[in-house]
Amino acid sequence: MARQIGEVIVDLQNISLRFGGVKALTDISFNIREHEIRSIIGPNGAGKSSMLNVINGVYHPQEGKIIYRGEERRKMEPYEAAGQGFARTFQNIALFKGMSVLDNLMTGRNLKMKATLVEQAFFWGRARNEELEHRKKVEEVIDFLEIQHIRKTPVGRLPYGLQKRVELGRALAAEPNLLLLDEPMAGMNVEEKQDMCRFILDVNDQFGTTIVLIEHDMGVVMDISDRVVVLDYGKKIGDGVPDEVKNNPEVIAAYLGTQH
Amino acid sequence: MPDKASKAVEGLDTFPRLLMHHARVRGNQPAMREKDLGIWQTWTWEDAREQVVALAGGLAKLGLQRGDNVAIIGDNRPRLYQAMLAVQCLGAVPVPLYQDAVATEMQFALLDAGVTFAFAENQEQVDKLLEIRDSLPALAHIVYDDPRGMRHYDQPYLHFVEAAMDLGREYNAAHAGVVAAEIDKGRSDDTAVMLYTSGTTGKPKGVCQTHHAFISAAKGACQFDALTADEEVLSYLPMAWVGDHLFSYAQALVAGFTINCPESSDTVMSDLREIGPTYYFAPPRIFENLLTQVMIRMEDAGAIKRRMFHFFMDVAKRCGADILDGKPVGGGDRLLYALGNVLVYGPLKNVLGLSRIRVGYTAGAAIGPDLFRFYRSIGINLKQFYGQTETCAYVCLQPSGEIKLDSVGKPGPFVEVKISDKGEILVKGPMLLKEYYKRPDSTAESIDADGYFLTGDAGFFDEDGHLKIIDRAKDVGKLANGAMFAPNYIENKLKFFPYIKEAVCFGHNRGQVCAFINIDMEAVGNWAEKRGIAYAGYTDLAAKPEVYTLIQECIEKVNAELIHDPMLADSQVARFLVLHKELDPDDDELTRTRKVRRGFIAEKYGVLVEAFYAGRASQYIETQVKFEDGRTGMVAADLRIGDAKVFAVPQRQAA
Repeated sequence: MARQIGEVIVDLQNISLRFGGVKALTDISFNIREHEIRSIIGPNGAGKSSMLNVINGVYHPQEGKIIYRGEERRKMEPYEAAGQGFARTFQNIALFKGMSVLDNLMTGRNLKMKATLVEQAFFWGRARNEELEHRKKVEEVIDFLEIQHIRKTPVGRLPYGLQKRVELGRALAAEPNLLLLDEPMAGMNVEEKQDMCRFILDVNDQFGTTIVLIEHDMGVVMDISDRVVVLDYGKKIGDGVPDEVKNNPEVIAAYLGTQH
Repeated sequence: MPDKASKAVEGLDTFPRLLMHHARVRGNQPAMREKDLGIWQTWTWEDAREQVVALAGGLAKLGLQRGDNVAIIGDNRPRLYQAMLAVQCLGAVPVPLYQDAVATEMQFALLDAGVTFAFAENQEQVDKLLEIRDSLPALAHIVYDDPRGMRHYDQPYLHFVEAAMDLGREYNAAHAGVVAAEIDKGRSDDTAVMLYTSGTTGKPKGVCQTHHAFISAAKGACQFDALTADEEVLSYLPMAWVGDHLFSYAQALVAGFTINCPESSDTVMSDLREIGPTYYFAPPRIFENLLTQVMIRMEDAGAIKRRMFHFFMDVAKRCGADILDGKPVGGGDRLLYALGNVLVYGPLKNVLGLSRIRVGYTAGAAIGPDLFRFYRSIGINLKQFYGQTETCAYVCLQPSGEIKLDSVGKPGPFVEVKISDKGEILVKGPMLLKEYYKRPDSTAESIDADGYFLTGDAGFFDEDGHLKIIDRAKDVGKLANGAMFAPNYIENKLKFFPYIKEAVCFGHNRGQVCAFINIDMEAVGNWAEKRGIAYAGYTDLAAKPEVYTLIQECIEKVNAELIHDPMLADSQVARFLVLHKELDPDDDELTRTRKVRRGFIAEKYGVLVEAFYAGRASQYIETQVKFEDGRTGMVAADLRIGDAKVFAVPQRQAA
């Protein structure tokens, strides 16, 4: 049974985002369907990360509408996005370097903990049972990403590729239904990229998680994406299945430069 | 005199019968453990029995016949050990294969054995089997252990192990007593297991061992070291290796002790620490790695710790082994050693996970005397044994308290050993192989008229009745001047340096000895980092002039030692090079048990060997490498050949 791409869950309509006089995004519309792998590509400064930040509520666009599962939302704070089941990783790794892999992943469960601060501090009341349950989930993520051997290692001591994997792990620990990945493969060697691709596909396949991916490696994007949207200077210049996008003259021009 | 453990199981002459026995007498004791999702999961003997019987029922339902061969492919997992038992219950023969072999490599054994069923650990192994399934007409069913990634596999001949067990439970309910009846039909001289030899030369051969052979061998070894049902072992060595089959399977079933399977192959070190085995078995390579890691970490430690470590290691070197053997040692040294035990040896053993070890064994290759001495000196009762797949792992074992660094001990219980006129070691006993599978010619060649097995190793007994191994009989050669050349011996000396991972020496019929070196990426990488030497990878690091100087120093130290050896003083290494790629079983350069395939390497790198003896200073070479997924690529390099100082041999007294 192959995964079924479902309904549109996030619909972005005419999004414009400005920082003072700088136009980061201009009149962009596209949508994300349930269970798909949706890539956002474009040259440096095209507005890819801004787009991701709009989706999970870090930036609030001046114009345009975001419709999430049929409901329009104009302003949403990042913690609300997390509560809705959005999780993300960052372009520059944002982990707690001094904490172990296990503890970093446990932070991904934080929103799901119901015990109060006092209960957690004294490991008392609900905190104890909750911790066991969350630990189990985290162990499943550890097993899934094959990082058992570094469970107790401080993150700062790990090589870059593994840190990226841990960051993905933290996002997965939140059991997201929409996963935003900001250049998960930047700076990796071929083997690490292959591993990461496999994990992304596995997540999508096994948990049905919808994935929005920003990536520079065209080979990767064209291989694993269901649909691709292309940005350049804050504008949308292409949108469609990988083959379509690959043959779009505007996209080729943006990537290879045009003759003037 | 038989010990308690083997007396209790007297008359139980097949492995399934032993399992039933333990389920009866110690049903709620742990039989197997495995770490899963961060927690050690336990199977009691009763759990193991129930699941084995269920699985056997499932296999019977799927049509497994007495005498069929069943491949077992995967890391050490309780389910796979249970699968072996289930297969044996029905009188079929488990054939464990090396899990890291690529598909085409497995194909040979799978075809040779004509396997009808295969147990695969996970998707990776299933994929390998599917890749070559078209060429395996006999293979009817594949059972897998780990369902991860298997959702989209809908082939009807693929079965999840738990589904197979459920099938078996239904079958057993409808056909009560069928599995029990099959177990009753089992005879002690049935083939219990088939193990493929690693094949340092030629194609692997399937060694058929009977229940009687392995049970006798296990009883002998249990008796030799007074093992009880309370032992804990870590099962982490390849299941296809005879050593693991004896220690984790045959002995566990005879003595009734607990086996522990690690979480993954990367976590063995921390799992070892958590389990703290009482009985431990590892090839020298593992002990070498452990020591290398300790040495690297000590170099990173603060000055005080480092000095303390070296001071007490000197104390241990002086008296540790004698204290372990109960020999007389002066009061001062005893006191220092006791202090060292508190400050250094105890914590060190704890970190290594070796605190509780009563008996530790090493075998599979010769262990460097210095390495061996290191472990004994910190109070670990590490011993050597000698044996082969054809003899159920061991022939000779070192008795506790009678350890000689250069011998492999005395013949084990029930074993007869003699040396042929040509110096070859011959063995007779209940644990000899039944036959090589479908190879009557080889069987006839390897067992002589009096029933002795020809080991192919050259050796002799010393004045105390301890066996000494010289080398593989066919590897021992002569230098051009007639002096003896034992490559393995020199290589082992070289490999004791943490920087050298693998060495291959040449010298037969030549004027001098030359060596290929593989550096240890971890140790040399660390060393380079400290000195601010930038490198891009193995090939780059291996070619650094600084690394050549480092290796040269190591070789010269070995040369300086060799001049004191009356037999091998001429075998000093005169020239060497650091290979541009790591020797790898995937490229057929090492066996799956990581033994050097000397002949193959000499042929593959023939130009380099010629360059040695032609006196060239460098040589260009292109080599094909195989990646893990079976694809191939090329590595090319211009290799520099280094010269090492050869010391003048002090004048020997005329004989």
